[in-house]
Amino acid sequence: MADHAGAHVAHQFDDAEQQRQASELGMWVFLATEVMFFGAMILAYTVYRFEYPAPFAHASQHLDPIVGGINTAVLLGSSFTVVLAVHAARVGARRLLLGSLGATIVLGTVFLAIKGYEWHHHYGEGLVPGIRFLPTGPEAPAIGLFFWLYFAMTGVHAVHLTIGIGVMTVIAFLAWRGAFSPAYHNPVEIAGLYWHFVDIVWIFLLPILYLIGRHAP
Amino acid sequence: MTAGPRLYLVVFLVLLALTALTVLIALVDLGPLNTPVALLIAAGKATLVVLVFMHLKDAPGILWLAAGAGFFWLGILILLTMSDVATRGVLAIPGK
Repeated sequence: MADHAGAHVAHQFDDAEQQRQASELGMWVFLATEVMFFGAMILAYTVYRFEYPAPFAHASQHLDPIVGGINTAVLLGSSFTVVLAVHAARVGARRLLLGSLGATIVLGTVFLAIKGYEWHHHYGEGLVPGIRFLPTGPEAPAIGLFFWLYFAMTGVHAVHLTIGIGVMTVIAFLAWRGAFSPAYHNPVEIAGLYWHFVDIVWIFLLPILYLIGRHAP
Repeated sequence: MTAGPRLYLVVFLVLLALTALTVLIALVDLGPLNTPVALLIAAGKATLVVLVFMHLKDAPGILWLAAGAGFFWLGILILLTMSDVATRGVLAIPGK
């Protein structure tokens, strides 16, 4: 029977389809916990922005929405190459799979480089709470709160992206070794789900960090 | 459209257009609508990524449940907390 024929079906599963669904469900449940993880920081942001709307808007004006937008485009591009990689794995297109994974790793690294440039810029402007924070005046504590949340959220996001780049590197190595086929490519699928989640987090960080308060007096 | 590189490319281009749109709109003052419009565009982009790139639109119901649970509890986390924070001081406290 074909159900038990594949050597890639672990013994606790009835067939490859059940194994695939189990791995995808596992990743989605993990991503639900990740929503909660980032959700706590987004809640902190929401509460403090409600308490200190003007300082948060003024703090946000230190961020460049064009740079943020470009970085969003870079990350969306990486999501596009990931979905191409998943498609390539499904149809067994080896060159497209390796090329898409390579492009994903490059785009993820470009995102981190732009992010690093921004952090360096904030350091130069003295906007890093606890290390080099120069604002003074009545709004300074709340501006510090904004940047504390900014560095926590973008920092944790960058950690997730770094992990994603590591995962994609392993997937690319396995693909190069010929570990995946149209019958078995679960690791490509669930690594893709994780990557898209990290993209979605950034989709929300862009407006709440960069785009609020452009017009605050 | 069925899932495939053509659909992915179209969705990618729409996502890029929405990103450009949200950055450009941020440069225009919409008054109290600034934040809702930016969040609405972000929610639209996230929905496209979830449905098409993460293949949820073709996924079995149990994955919808897992995906929905995350956002449902995020909604509870933020709505219930803000229902406290945002309404403090609205009513006078008797005896105070």
